[in-house]
Amino acid sequence: MKKNWWKVLSIVLLIYTVIGGFLFNVPRLTIVNETIRALYFHVPMWFGMVFMFLASTYHAVLYLRKSQTIYDNYSNSFATVGLFLGLLGIVTGMIWANYTWGSPWHGDPKQNGAAIALLVYFAYFILRGSITNNEQKARLSAVYNIFAFTAMVPLIFIIPRMTSSMHPGSGGNPGFNMYDLDSKMRMVFYPAVIGWSLMGRWVATVLIRIQIVKEKIEDLEDEQVQ
Amino acid sequence: MNKFNKILALVFFSTIALSASAQEAEMADTMRANGKIYVVVAIVLVILLGLISYLISIDRKVRNLEKRLPKK
Repeated sequence: MKKNWWKVLSIVLLIYTVIGGFLFNVPRLTIVNETIRALYFHVPMWFGMVFMFLASTYHAVLYLRKSQTIYDNYSNSFATVGLFLGLLGIVTGMIWANYTWGSPWHGDPKQNGAAIALLVYFAYFILRGSITNNEQKARLSAVYNIFAFTAMVPLIFIIPRMTSSMHPGSGGNPGFNMYDLDSKMRMVFYPAVIGWSLMGRWVATVLIRIQIVKEKIEDLEDEQVQ
Repeated sequence: MNKFNKILALVFFSTIALSASAQEAEMADTMRANGKIYVVVAIVLVILLGLISYLISIDRKVRNLEKRLPKK
């Protein structure tokens, strides 16, 4: 239990996020109205995704330095969870955009950049699936993983800021600062980011452990054949 | 209609009748206040807690598999 304290923290923070996110006071703004609360649920998906991809790339670098299979397993699992969170982020963003911007896909630089970044990560899994040799798969996908992360950063964080975008936090639009109650919103937003990121890490560790069990079983089967 | 169903119907309809006659009385109305937002909070919490307990059970299943494997 002691080493699983972060799982408990994740559950507590997520329960707090739901209660606070629905019930605490938020700025009264036209057009967005109550949908401002989506900030507590939509944006943490992207923050979680970035943390997962960061962990994935970190382990990809470790794999290239040490060539141990376990790092490839870590890298793959974190990328899987990151992509899942990214898909949830883009779908929730489309719902939000439909009711505030007028259509689900607005061709906004932030949306397009996020979609391209997700496609770049889809290619990571296509690459993994197309190589049968495990060592080659691990090495090539580790190299590609570093490329995917460095491509994602400008696509999501830099290009939308340089052009005109309606998305808060890009194209000259402030993220929090336009709201009067910004500090109150932070009280829910940051716990939400931490909660969802820890939840992502939890799912990733389960995937990693399943893969380790699978590899051990395969080793045992090989011994039996011999 | 057998006996059990008859009793069930009696209980059901008497509950409806009672609840219709008791509308002036003070009730636990918190869940219906503020445009019923608390109901949504309850629903989302149930879904969240359900998914979390599912994740915990998957976590335990993996731990059991790990225990069955010989340590290297």
